[in-house]
Amino acid sequence: MHSIKEAVLTGIHFIDGDVACAEGAIAAGCRFSAGYPITPSTEVVERLAVRFPMVGGMFVQMEDELASSIAIIGAAWGGVKAMTVSSGPGISLMQEHIGLAVITETPTVWINVQRCGPSTGLPTLPAQGDMMQAQWGSHGDYPTLALCPNSPQEAFDLTIRAFNLAERYRTPVLVLLDEAVGHMLEKVVIPDADDIEVDARRFTDKPPSEYKPYECSEGSMVPDLAPVGQGYYFHVTGLTHDERGYPIMTADTQVDMMHRLMNKIDLEDVTDVRESEVDDCEVLVVSYGITSRVAERAILDARRQGLRVGHLRLVTVWPFPEQIVRDRATQDSVQRVVVPEMNLGQMVREVERTVAGARPVRLVGHPGGAVHDPNVILEAILEETS
Amino acid sequence: MEIQSSSRWRIAGFGGQGVILSGMILGRAVSIFENRHATMMQSFGPEARGGACSAQVTLSDEQILYPYVKKPDVLVAMSQQALGLYLPLLRPGGKLIYEEDLVDIGDQGDLPEGVTAYGVPATKIAEKLRRRIVLNIVMVGFFSAVAPVVSRESARKAVLYSVPKGTEALNGRAYDMGYKYGVDTYGGES
Repeated sequence: MHSIKEAVLTGIHFIDGDVACAEGAIAAGCRFSAGYPITPSTEVVERLAVRFPMVGGMFVQMEDELASSIAIIGAAWGGVKAMTVSSGPGISLMQEHIGLAVITETPTVWINVQRCGPSTGLPTLPAQGDMMQAQWGSHGDYPTLALCPNSPQEAFDLTIRAFNLAERYRTPVLVLLDEAVGHMLEKVVIPDADDIEVDARRFTDKPPSEYKPYECSEGSMVPDLAPVGQGYYFHVTGLTHDERGYPIMTADTQVDMMHRLMNKIDLEDVTDVRESEVDDCEVLVVSYGITSRVAERAILDARRQGLRVGHLRLVTVWPFPEQIVRDRATQDSVQRVVVPEMNLGQMVREVERTVAGARPVRLVGHPGGAVHDPNVILEAILEETS
Repeated sequence: MEIQSSSRWRIAGFGGQGVILSGMILGRAVSIFENRHATMMQSFGPEARGGACSAQVTLSDEQILYPYVKKPDVLVAMSQQALGLYLPLLRPGGKLIYEEDLVDIGDQGDLPEGVTAYGVPATKIAEKLRRRIVLNIVMVGFFSAVAPVVSRESARKAVLYSVPKGTEALNGRAYDMGYKYGVDTYGGES
């Protein structure tokens, strides 16, 4: 299906990433958000609070982050598309409910406009310090879907994609902005509603007497949801459960449930990696988010000096696109891999694990508070490894 | 004066002077009305709520990869403090644009080498319109005459697009008066 014409601000805008994210949510059909506003994500919910009443949605400013994150899970079960919005300190508090959304298979979107940590850190300045938290912040094994925009335009586009993936896989999806993308104003082109693809909620076609909330139809690994108020009664729990949703405290049930949770996401479908001049590159740069943009500056400068530099930009950061990174990093032409990121070494660990010693991997870290100076990345690209 | 294809700006003053709105008008003129590229980063945090306030605007024909302005080509100073903070960062050959009743630039000879200064009594011009609040729009008119990075038409459209409904005529006049002052005083196309 497509977006709804009346809700979409079709046109060319000069807006920041936070506002673009809110508009993306609305275009994707989100009609409920609960949050506890926090810098640098506040503009997202301010925009939602203004825009939702115009499109039949509702934003609720809750008493805290736990209430916010549980409210969106309730809203999703109540039938609407829902998201919450926060930054590091708030996202830390929400981790318990990200796990609950995973195990209850509740389609929800979680916006994290990253600022510096640990703790309250630097509220008004950018970082990419929550990359590992996105995958490992809640306890237990679980698949994470996380997207990383590098511009206000992508904040719009990827928020829509996050809602679509959440519906397609019935799972929480994270959008990891950072303060720089969130507060940067730039041109954002919002297309016609008819040109915005939106995944509708997939409801069961079984009658209430036959419906099991975690039973998959033939050929699918993602169960259908039930419409509210039409006589479907079932159990929703954070405990390990069977197809009926009832807690079953056995290893066999855990094995079955986890097998499906971990395998229900189609990697090929969710992976989005943008390649630039990678075919015969000597140096491969792997980056994401705002850093990928600054790295592009350094890469263009290095190419001007005659070095063949390829760029892998991870738009989907989780699940980590292992296959593409491994194939590119270990192709014959590549001598070394450079990973700039605005933290002191997070996704570089995934790159190292994937490359498994086949090539030297060099981290260009920055503790946050400012994006890299492109020259620092340029030096790392040019530096011969001994 | 010829329109420049790329340019880095720092617009700075006090909170409440319309510093951020002037930056947004510039960004909108370029990105919405000329379909080129612009980014704007703004000072954020305690300093954005009263006190010093500034915007970094980059304009280009190509995608902007690094959106921060370390060394501006153009500095628009609307307070003495802004001048002190950012004048040392202005590039050689850069332009200093200032509100001449709010900012004292001292001796022209004390300016960094190659910097050209353009002063405008924007507050007084705004007062002629009996609305001091349009000071920033007068500044926009003035800087689009003396540092042309967008066409006059695009800048004026961006002003009208950006101001509250019902104030278009007033702000259009403020823009025109600032523009005219720039042309009359420093030359260029009228």
